Amino acid sequence: MSELALLLAATLSAGTPLAIAGLGVLVNERAGVLNLGAEGMMLIAAVAGFAVAFHTGNDWLAFAAGATAGALAAALFGVLTIWLGTNQYATGLALSLFGGGFSAFVGIGYVGKKLAERPSHAIPGLSDIPFLGTVLFRQHPMVYVVIAAVALTAWVLYRTRTGLVLRAVGESPESAHALGYPVRRIRLLAVMAGGALCGVSGAYLSVVYAPLWVEGMVAGRGWIALALTTFATWRPARVLLGAYLFGGVTMLQLHLQGQGVQVASQLMSMLPYLATIVVLVLISRNPTWIRVNMPASLGKPFHPGH
Amino acid sequence: MIALEPRPEPSRTMAWLSPVIALVITVVVAATLFVALGRDPVAGLRVFLWEPLNGARALSEVALKSTPLVLCALGLALCFRANVWNIGAEGQFLLGAIAGGGLALWFTANQIPIGRWGFFPLAIVAGAAGGMLWAAIVALLRDRFNASEILVSLMLVYVANLLLSWLVFGPWKDPKGFNFPQTMSFASGTNLPRIVTGLRMHWGLVVALVAAVAMWLFVFRTFAGYQLQVGGLAPAAARYAGFSSRRALWTALLASGGLAGVAGAFEAVGPMGQLTPHVSTGYGFTAIIVAFVGRLHPLGCVLGAVLLSMFLIGGELAQSRLGLPSALTGVFQGVLLFSLLACDTLIGHRLRFGTRASAGAAARGVT
Repeated sequence: MSELALLLAATLSAGTPLAIAGLGVLVNERAGVLNLGAEGMMLIAAVAGFAVAFHTGNDWLAFAAGATAGALAAALFGVLTIWLGTNQYATGLALSLFGGGFSAFVGIGYVGKKLAERPSHAIPGLSDIPFLGTVLFRQHPMVYVVIAAVALTAWVLYRTRTGLVLRAVGESPESAHALGYPVRRIRLLAVMAGGALCGVSGAYLSVVYAPLWVEGMVAGRGWIALALTTFATWRPARVLLGAYLFGGVTMLQLHLQGQGVQVASQLMSMLPYLATIVVLVLISRNPTWIRVNMPASLGKPFHPGH
Repeated sequence: MIALEPRPEPSRTMAWLSPVIALVITVVVAATLFVALGRDPVAGLRVFLWEPLNGARALSEVALKSTPLVLCALGLALCFRANVWNIGAEGQFLLGAIAGGGLALWFTANQIPIGRWGFFPLAIVAGAAGGMLWAAIVALLRDRFNASEILVSLMLVYVANLLLSWLVFGPWKDPKGFNFPQTMSFASGTNLPRIVTGLRMHWGLVVALVAAVAMWLFVFRTFAGYQLQVGGLAPAAARYAGFSSRRALWTALLASGGLAGVAGAFEAVGPMGQLTPHVSTGYGFTAIIVAFVGRLHPLGCVLGAVLLSMFLIGGELAQSRLGLPSALTGVFQGVLLFSLLACDTLIGHRLRFGTRASAGAAARGVT
């Protein structure tokens, strides 16, 4: 029983960075911009976050640094794709490749460094409840924040004017433009917001989840977040669900390895990546389902007046 | 105020000039970075742009690193022309390395005598088969289930990496290797024949150059190559003309996977001579940059590969001679690709300097 509790607790923790990054990708894509640079932004933010946590010892400053780094990297992508009209696939790839190199370069001084002792996040009283205490009430606050963030995103998307405009820009930029909305500026803001969320996710990985910095430590989670958003058919609540599912798969294979299951660790480690492929296949096999849900102008450039 | 004004038709001059401008920007950024790091920028740039070309041994190393880059980039360029976003050449490379290296290991372990020229074609076939198998998974899932080739091909890179790790940590580990994760060294008969004695560059280079010529013929001189490009540029027109998008998908992915696989096999039985977890130093990813820098053109891929392999060697030299991190290479690669994409805007647009109002008026005058 206590093992199951630990497994569930670890699942929530492992799902959290995927959920934050997935939300970022979702905000991006809802505005009609496909940013394949998630992995790169997360890596840059992971270094930034780790550096700030190392020097200040404050997680929240680290998340802020990650968000800023992510938003800046996203702004670079946004200016290139939205104003200079570069290919979104190529530019996103460039950001991922650049992020890998840049973070490795900047982070060299932090490899092998340890963060100061983390304070316990156990909530007095609640954390002593058997089972639930372990699963729910000894988590880093970010685990709860992400759930609130999902609810907030859903509310903004479906219940506010801002969300309506954002979705309009992603569905039909021509109509939004005709109505007088500054499509390119809105897209840039959405891209930067997405970058900031990916940034928080990267910082969570290096500051809370790992907690350490090593080259390439995001290990494909940026790409998994992209897959997750498709899997979730661009709905915030489903992003959260999917993130926990992936977190569960990751933790289950680690758990089985710990139990001494007679399968090589490398083969077990393939599971999250194979699961991503399987999920993509399952969700993509029905083209109408994707077409109905996908933002209609996703990945298509918009040039007012051309 | 600077404004972008659409050109009536794309500029051919800029299409060739844009990579050059991008390189100049990268050099300026690099020099600035060296100054910021408190180093002599001339010494820094020398290591990246001159040392790799200085002498026969240095040139042989450039040729050695260019070989896998050319092979991978040719296939990627074909995919990108067909609007197939295969970004998993790294995984296809690794499968080729596993197949080619596995075959060499089998010959070695069973002490089957074979000459270098006898094994050479076997290495090509094994590598191509391995890479094609990995790419075929991507093509199949895209074709049958409409799964994004971007994400599937990338996820398969991680799977391929873990597969290689498993092999060299487990079943293929050298029993006399002091528990290091590596296979035994392959018998010398399975090593690639070298072009010049004493230099590491091998006949794989010639294969890569032949592949570049073949790719040029396919893309620009065959109907299948034409169909594939139309499918990439104007899918609706291709459908209307009755060109099969499925065939284009399979052709592009299998060619790309096969070429990357051959590159992987060459790396395993060429400079490595055994399998370790570090067969690739990210060639499959660097090749994406090569393909773009080379304008998705076979000749451009060759030139781009030379440039990017100079960067790779420069990074190693910067580490050993100047004590700078080799990760600099990654930074410069990224800057190069970003500048290139930005400069490419100039192919279809021209810059107008002046006030906002007059620039706007000029743009209206043209369109």
